[in-house]
Order: sequence, then structure tokens, then C-alpha cells
Amino acid sequence: MLTPTICKMEVEAPRLAAAALPGQFLIVRADEKGERVPLTISDYDAAKGTVTIVTQKIGASSADIISYEPGEAFADVVGPLGIASEFTEMPAEQLAQQRYVFIAGGVGTAPVYPQAKWLHEHGVAVDVIIGAKTKDLLIYVDQMREACDNLYICTDDGSEGFHGLVTALLEKLVAEGKEYTQAVAIGPMIMMKFATLTAKKLQLPIIVSLNTLMVDGTGMCGACRVTVGGKTRFACVEGPEFDGYEVDFDEAMRRQRQYVAEETEARENHVCRIGRGK
Amino acid sequence: MANKIGRVPVREQDPKVRATNFEEVCYGYDAQEAQLEASRCLHCKNPRCVAACPVSVKIPEFIALVKDGDFAGAAAKIAEDSSLPAVCGRVCPQETQCEGSCILGVKGESVAIGKLERFVADWNRENKSASAPAFVSNGHKVAIVGSGPAGLACASDLAKLGYEVTVFEALHKAGGVLEYGIPEFRLPKEKVVASEIASVKDLGVKFETNVIIGRTVTIDQLMDREGFEAVFVGTGAGLPRFMGIPGENFNGVFSANEFLTRNNLMKAYRPDYLTPIHAGKKVCVVGGGNVAMDAARTALRLGAEVTIVYRRTEVELPARKEEVHHAKEEGIEFAMLTNPVEILGDDKGWVRAIKCIRMELGEPDASGRRSPVEIPGSEFEIETETVIMALGTSPNPLIAKTTAGLETSRRGCLVADEAGATTRPGIFAGGDAVSGAATVILAMGAGRRAAAAIDAYLQSK
Repeated sequence: MLTPTICKMEVEAPRLAAAALPGQFLIVRADEKGERVPLTISDYDAAKGTVTIVTQKIGASSADIISYEPGEAFADVVGPLGIASEFTEMPAEQLAQQRYVFIAGGVGTAPVYPQAKWLHEHGVAVDVIIGAKTKDLLIYVDQMREACDNLYICTDDGSEGFHGLVTALLEKLVAEGKEYTQAVAIGPMIMMKFATLTAKKLQLPIIVSLNTLMVDGTGMCGACRVTVGGKTRFACVEGPEFDGYEVDFDEAMRRQRQYVAEETEARENHVCRIGRGK
Repeated sequence: MANKIGRVPVREQDPKVRATNFEEVCYGYDAQEAQLEASRCLHCKNPRCVAACPVSVKIPEFIALVKDGDFAGAAAKIAEDSSLPAVCGRVCPQETQCEGSCILGVKGESVAIGKLERFVADWNRENKSASAPAFVSNGHKVAIVGSGPAGLACASDLAKLGYEVTVFEALHKAGGVLEYGIPEFRLPKEKVVASEIASVKDLGVKFETNVIIGRTVTIDQLMDREGFEAVFVGTGAGLPRFMGIPGENFNGVFSANEFLTRNNLMKAYRPDYLTPIHAGKKVCVVGGGNVAMDAARTALRLGAEVTIVYRRTEVELPARKEEVHHAKEEGIEFAMLTNPVEILGDDKGWVRAIKCIRMELGEPDASGRRSPVEIPGSEFEIETETVIMALGTSPNPLIAKTTAGLETSRRGCLVADEAGATTRPGIFAGGDAVSGAATVILAMGAGRRAAAAIDAYLQSK
């Protein structure tokens, strides 16, 4: 457990680990009766044949995932899904000229890690801003420090680092003379929306990673539809990363809440299935 | 004398009762009913039913065996041509194929060929004693991508020839559309689908679920690193279409694929599963195919009042007649000659109504069906909480995008010849991935033809 509600897990999945790239996600189904839960890949090790996922307890399904102990096996793990981050395909020359700033919010810090690490290993300039409500909810701080040039931390309550939001910290860094060519924001939808507004103000291009609802994750259901640049796109197969300027965040946030009524009911009626029918 | 009797009626769950449960609608014939129905067959010298069957099941021959009470013999006769009789007996559009060509149907009612096929398959499953002969490998490995009807049929035939076959499935359960698309009340999952897959496994076929070919591994990796000498792509047509009208992204608008997958594969209707599903009190389903009927009848069973919105008339409905009949019996409303032009939302972004326009039938189009034309100024609103789009599906582009040398048509279908050979040697394809959305039986036929082509290809190598 990284915090009382955020859990990091290393999952054995050799084929998936060998194929995974930064920016992609996977789907976990804890047990026979569980949901298919999409989670962004937080690390992968082809040699060990494992991938790392970080989950926050939100509903009954994420609670089930977190309840697994080392050595136990999920019913299903499938991936990698989605398109890898744009920079993995960028010509070396173009890549060398980039100066990235990542804006990581809460549990979204975990999927920033493989991206920052990949860029850092390829010699690209990378700064990372991690934001959390309070000091105790910060994750990946030491690992991230190793994977970037400069790490900046901010908390809403000022208990660690800069006192304020990630957007204020980004503005401050740019005002102090930091020059970036590309921002990437991963975190709660609302944070990505405001990070995009700030980036726009700073005339900084920004990529966001959308954690929409999904069932299959392969383009079949369309639950993940988002409006990007006025067009409907499927986040599972055409994303999950999109140009932040083009994303209709208000619609995306509304669509994310589509099953809240049903899920609240499920949570209230959820009987903890200890032993999970084994 | 025997021919004077009418078609033997099949027992079904009462419409009022079945509208509240997910158990199978049709109980099927018992042995006595099946033998009586079988006695109606005229055994035509030139059986038109066989010609009208996409896989040419020897219909009069199996029916003769049913009449004589040799049900095992009948099962063996069907198995010569069909690998999924329990499925096809339930979901084939018999009225446009075998039964539609039955000579008895000219003046009266055709022989209930589908119901007889189903009886034989169900009897065989419940009574079969002999297990499949032990698998003997011929030393060649073939990969099948997709575990739907095309893949299952191709895998069975290849395994019988001694090929070491592995079927890769992207979802967590094998069966493809049989599992995620067709509802329990039409095709029971444990009783029928699982047992069909078990018999494919008994032939020596291996299944690997949770493997997305093109993402987890590519076809090239399967062929170069994992030793597969040929690949069959039976990935179906899984991408849902939307109308492209304003308001389609309001909350409460779903693809039929999402709605059905949540309920069928993810078992949302069962309280012990975590999957959420949203039907609400009033549902409109847009479309007129089997998928539209399935989505409508699923929503009804979840407690909604349901209207099917279709732009042509009942005559043009592409769904099986039996499904339309069942849907009506269960209380589904039909708004014909009606086409949505906009989905209207409330201030919270949820669907409140669909704005439709009335249609009339104009000149026949390329498909021979009269094409619907809007009546100007006839817009009206239908209040609804949920809209389900059942407008057809297209093939997933992932395999074509991640495999060099595979050509696709403008509609996104893989290009393959009649035998299933694609534009790249060693890679074969069939079913909806090639034809676009069609039927289980056509996919199965394509899978079987591709199996023969793969055998010929590998034997000549």
C-alpha cells in the first residue's frame, strides 16, 4: 500500500510485459464476477515478465482488486491496450530538442513514471510536477526523482512542497524562466481540464491521458467515446492520450459519471466476498 | 397421411413470464414431437433446402434419421457439414434459407428444420457417450485469431486433420458474439455455448483468452517466434456504428454492443455480478436487425418499456421473423418509418427524448429494398430515458494495421478470396471480418472453407 487507499501491485504477465510501452493501459478482472477495470500501466519489466499497476480504492471493483495479496492471481489481465505515447515514435533528432514537463495528480502519478523514465533514459529533458491533497497522499516521490531532471512537489494544504495546485506551480516555474516544449498531464479529469487551461495560457502544447469508462477496451463498446476537436473518438483504441486543447472535458467528466447511480447501489449492497469463491 | 398434419408447434415460455427473466424462450421439441415433425418432410429428389443452406447440411437425410428415432445417426449426419448445430438451430435465419425454400412452405407451413436441428444437437449433447478420438498431431501449428463462429469452425476442422491449433481470444471468455452479443434467452451460455467450446477443446484445440493479436503479440511474432505456419483471422465485426446525429454523446446513449456485452458477457442482470447497466423506465432502440431485437428484449427484461425505432416497415426488418414475433408477444412497441434526427438532453446532460422524422418508402436501392425518404416537416419527439443504437458493426482495424501485407476494402473488411486466402501468403480470413456483419452460419461456412484451404496450403509447402 502506497497510502491507506492507493495500492501498488506487480502482476506477472510475460507477453504483456514484453509488448508494453509508456502511455498504454491494461484491463484487470479480479474475479469471475468482477468488472473489467482499465488501469494505466505504471511500469513494465520484460525480463521479469511483470507489469506494475497502481489502483485507488473507489468502488466495489477497485476494492476487490486491492484486496489481493502477493502470490494470488487475478482472474484476468489483458493488454497492452491503446496507443503508446507519441514520443515513443518520435525521430531521435526531434526528440532531442524536446523539454517535457509532466503534471501528475494523485494516483495519476504512477502512469507518469514510465513516461518520465523512458524520456530520461533517452536523454530527453524532463521535469515532473507531482500534486496531491496532502503529504500523506503523495506517491512515487523517490522513484520519480530518479527518473527526471527536476522534481517539484505541491500539496493543496501546503504540508509538503509548494502550497497550492499543480497549475499554480506550473505557472510559477514558467514565470521563473523554465522553458518547456511539451506538457503532459495525467490525473483526475478536473485536474487535466485546468492543466490544459493553464497550458493554453502559457501557449504550451499539452497531452492528456483520458481515463474514460470502458468495457472491453478494444473498440467494441463505445462507452469511452469522447469529443476531441469536435469529433467523437474512442479513447480505448484512438487514445488514451489526446491533445488537451481539443478535448471536451466537461462532456468527458459527465460521461465518466454515467453509472454512478448504479455503482452507488452496488456499493451499498456489496457483500465483501472474502475468499472469493475459492 | 403424414403430410396432412400441420407444423408441430414448439413449446415456449409464456410471454408474460419470460418478459421478466433471462431463461431461454423456446423449450424446443421433445423426441416425440421431433419425430412427428420429421414425418412431414417430403424427401424431395432435388432438395431445395440443402441448396439454400450456406453449409449444405444434408437436411432430408438427417430428418429421415430423426423420423426413425436414430438421433445419434442424425447428429452424425449434421456434423458432416456443420460444427455448431445447437447454435445454428437457434440463431440461423431459417425463413430465408432452408425453411424459406421448403416446398411445403409454398402452400402451407415449411418443415421446422431449425427446430429439428436444435433437437438433434441438444439430444446429442445430453446423450453422447463416446468422447472424441485421441488427438494425433501432424506436426503443424496453426493459430486462429478470434473464438467466434468462424474461428471455432476453422479450429475444429483443422484439429480433426491433426493440426495443433491454438485459438487466441481478446476477451476473457471464448465464444465471440455467441458470448458477448446473443442474449441468454436466445442462446444459453452454459448449456449451449460452453459445451460447444468444450467439444472443440476435446478435439485437441487449445484456447488462450486475454490475448489481443496486434497488441499483446502480433501475427508476425506468432509466425516468426512461436512457430505458427498459418494463421486464420476470424475477428468478426465488433466496432459499433453511431448515426452521427447531434446529442449522441449525452449520458444514456449506448451502443447495442455495450448494452449487450454488459448483460451477456459481464452478466449485469445477475445480482451477484458487479457490472452496472443502465436501462431506466423507457428505452428506445434504433435499428431493425437481430441485435436491435436482442437489445430491446434485454431492456424489457431489465424492467423498461421499450420502443424499437426503424426507418423502414416491418417487411424490411432484417431480423429473424421469430425474434420479431417474440418481441411483439413480449410487449415491445415498434415505431416504423421513423428515423432519429437528434437526441435531446436535459440540463444535466442525460437523454430526455429523441427527435424523429417520419419516413416513407421510395425507390428500391442497390440492395433491392425500397429506400426510406424523409417526409419534410414531420419531426416529432419520443420521450425516453435511454437510447440504444443498433445500427450494425464494422470490422476492427487492429489486425490489418499491425500486419504488413494485409489489404482491406474501403469498408474496412479484410480482402480474401472465396477459400479465405488473404493478400499475404499463410494468412487466411473469414466471417464478418471479411464479409462485414452477417450471420453465424455464413461465418461458420467461411471458417470451414478456410480450414480446407489452410490444409491444402500447408500440405503443398
